[in-house]
Amino acid sequence: MADKYNAETIITETQKRISNAFDVFDHESNKTVDVREIGTIIRSLGCFPSEAELHDVIAELEEEEPTGFVRYEKFLPTVTKILLERKFRPIPEDLLLQAFEVLDQQKRGHLEPEELTKYLTQEGEPFTQEEMDEMLSAAVDPDKNVILYKDFVSMMTFDDSR
Amino acid sequence: MGCGTSIAVENQTRPSETDGSIKQPSPALTIKAAILIQRWYRRYVARLEMRRRYTWNIFQSIEYAGEQDQLQLSSFFSFMLDNFTQINGNGPDLISHLLDSVVDPLTEEVRQLKQEQIVVPESYSGPHLSFPLSVTDTNALLCAFKEEQTLHGKYVLQLLYETKKFLKQMPNVIYLSTSYAKEITICGDLHGSLDDLLLIFYKNGLPSAENPYVFNGDFVDRGKKSTEIIIILFAFLLLYPDHMHLNRGNHEDHIMNLRYGFTREVMQKYKTHGREILQVFQDVFSLLPLATVIDNKVLIVHGGISDKTDLDFLSTVERHKVKSALRVPKRSIDDLSVRACSRSSSRHSGRSRLDSPHTSGRTSRASRRRKKHCTKQGSCSSSSSSSSSSSSSMCSPRVSSRNTPRRPPPSPSLPSPTDVLQVPFLDSFVSLEPPEPPREELEWQQVVDILWSDPKNHNGCSLNAFRGGGCYFGPDVTQTLLQKHGLCLLIRSHECKQEGYELCHNGQVITIFSASNYYEEGSNRGAYIKLGPELVPRFFQYQVSRSTRKLTLHQKVRVAEGSALRALKEKLYAHRSELMAAFQQYDIDNTGRISTSEWAQVVESVLRLDLPWRTLRPRLARLGADGNVEYKSCFEDISLGELIPPVTPNLAETLYRYRTDLEIIFNIIDKDHSGQISIEEFRQTWKLFSSHLGVAVNDQAIDDMARSIDFNKDGSIDFNEFLEAFRVVHKLDVKEQQQG
Repeated sequence: MADKYNAETIITETQKRISNAFDVFDHESNKTVDVREIGTIIRSLGCFPSEAELHDVIAELEEEEPTGFVRYEKFLPTVTKILLERKFRPIPEDLLLQAFEVLDQQKRGHLEPEELTKYLTQEGEPFTQEEMDEMLSAAVDPDKNVILYKDFVSMMTFDDSR
Repeated sequence: MGCGTSIAVENQTRPSETDGSIKQPSPALTIKAAILIQRWYRRYVARLEMRRRYTWNIFQSIEYAGEQDQLQLSSFFSFMLDNFTQINGNGPDLISHLLDSVVDPLTEEVRQLKQEQIVVPESYSGPHLSFPLSVTDTNALLCAFKEEQTLHGKYVLQLLYETKKFLKQMPNVIYLSTSYAKEITICGDLHGSLDDLLLIFYKNGLPSAENPYVFNGDFVDRGKKSTEIIIILFAFLLLYPDHMHLNRGNHEDHIMNLRYGFTREVMQKYKTHGREILQVFQDVFSLLPLATVIDNKVLIVHGGISDKTDLDFLSTVERHKVKSALRVPKRSIDDLSVRACSRSSSRHSGRSRLDSPHTSGRTSRASRRRKKHCTKQGSCSSSSSSSSSSSSSMCSPRVSSRNTPRRPPPSPSLPSPTDVLQVPFLDSFVSLEPPEPPREELEWQQVVDILWSDPKNHNGCSLNAFRGGGCYFGPDVTQTLLQKHGLCLLIRSHECKQEGYELCHNGQVITIFSASNYYEEGSNRGAYIKLGPELVPRFFQYQVSRSTRKLTLHQKVRVAEGSALRALKEKLYAHRSELMAAFQQYDIDNTGRISTSEWAQVVESVLRLDLPWRTLRPRLARLGADGNVEYKSCFEDISLGELIPPVTPNLAETLYRYRTDLEIIFNIIDKDHSGQISIEEFRQTWKLFSSHLGVAVNDQAIDDMARSIDFNKDGSIDFNEFLEAFRVVHKLDVKEQQQG
């Protein structure tokens, strides 16, 4: 029968979600994942950590002597806490839009690919060339060769929520 | 939390632009904005990666489940072989007759003469081949196939007979050297994907004396252009016999071809000569070499190895006798002087064993021994008496393409004998050594191991419990074999890899897979290896794209995901009754809803695909207002097409689930490939099949259905039409198509 929402249920449900996500990346079915996939797993669970925040989490999850793998026994409690505390909250669409507008000083409604590349590969927590290329491939309007960021944000947010 | 607020505040206090100069935002603001975008985008990419991964898992799980179905089918054949001598009540053993190659009264020479007499009509606009082949011929073939032309049956037969002649004088293991060429190119599975082959030739050049190639098996099945690929490969083989090398794969096997599409493709493209063409293919496939060795250092085989693999023994095997890896040479009763019951415990400890309803016909070494030894108890049928001349039974292929099987395979529960048998003799027991398996079986085993094995990360060599060959081999097995023969590297194929290749066993094993988009557009890359005298492999990846506009990563994931989810929904549909019954057990008050937990549990217990159901739930089922899953919603998207025969939903579901198997069986029964079988054959086959599966189907319902399918009342059924009825329609797709 359907469960009522209480603290226990929420914790169990959360843990099962975490377990599912972990299993997707547990290639050898031995309850370990490659440490380099931790970011992907945590983010796919709905968190939006910055790279710096992620590094802290990974440091917590790694073994005393780093093996390159993270075990489920450590992963579960740490990530459960993260999810229940709602750390690394999602970025709402309008805020994202504002960020783009900040970069678009002239209020043109669009950004040049070179501009965006400069900002995102030099400022903040810089993108790698690969990340930049991939974003551009999705963001640049093929006809006008600019980034219509309003459309871009809408499309990505929709896609993300599916 | 801080980020958002501060941007909003700073926006308001920022002075508006008055002059035309380009103002840079304040550095602090820029950094904040950049970080925000980066954070958000990285999370987006992570979600995409998650979707890509579970899409991959879905495809693999379903492929794995499909192989389980193949197991069902194979065990069904064994069941029939062992338990039914005749279906029609007269005539020779129908099943053996079905499974045996067509016994052609004509000798090979006569057949070849007849083929030369085939006249190619004036109207034929495809390529003409002249033997011995020249570069003109191979170019003509490539051009023609690019333009979707078909090579005339006469030339196909000619090509096949020439290839057969050529392969007969080749050894089992081919030794190559890099000293004469710059580099050797090694390609993996192609599976009928002509686009991939053409792309490889485009990127890497055509085969020639300066550009040698090794193709590592699985040229046919699954893809739609298997015939074109095999024709091209054989043509190059004849043209450059010293520089073009083909290894046999597990799909170069006429029984696999029945299920996975090659047989169908040939019959569709060659209505007149198809049967003969398939016949010759059967022989040619079994004549393909089994392994290639480069510079005495690099071993190339299609599947892998086992702890029994021995290259010296492999060289002596009569490979042409192993027509199909799925047919185990049965032991004759003469091999044994005494039959006895074994009482030892299973040697497959650690593997869970479930009871199988059919122990007869099981072909693992252990079970065959048991069968021989337990005839006193009468629990197993005596295999030799029921089958006719070709003494072999069907076995099932490798079950999993992963490192460890995700679920315990339904292996027969057998106490398998250890080294000593206790034989009841008078009042006591006598110890007997079990007999050595006959040479034929050992040879078969060597071949099957080469074609079907998979590497895994744990040490040891574990057999697939259903059959006597093919296994999962660990790093220690690799190490031992390489050392034994002074080799340094094993290159194999057989498993699809997302990047087209993968290393394992500390770099001693490379998997190379050359069919890109194997599961779906965008699912994986293909790759090939180039190996020079220094024997350091270089990898080249590619991906065929059907649309002219390049898909972004996001679009690729979406397409692949859509396809995987469709396949998954079909699986749910195929098990609808079971699922509903299980759902309703949790839904006592009949609200139509159960918790996510319960839903996930039920789905896994029925489908047993070991997938992350919670993560997938939003794509498969709706939530009600109270946050629980409306379980009926997971069937909503699918509807069965127009049903020709009026059948109950239950029967419809069963027929839908097993339609592939039925198709294979019908194709086998339909020896002249006319598309028709008699009603009686249909009824009998279905009855057998359903009783074997333990499916309760009303006899009357089947009879009615059979009669209703026979439209012109001439006593025969067009089974292709019949099977067409059991295609499903995805309603969402239809809606999208209507809107788009």
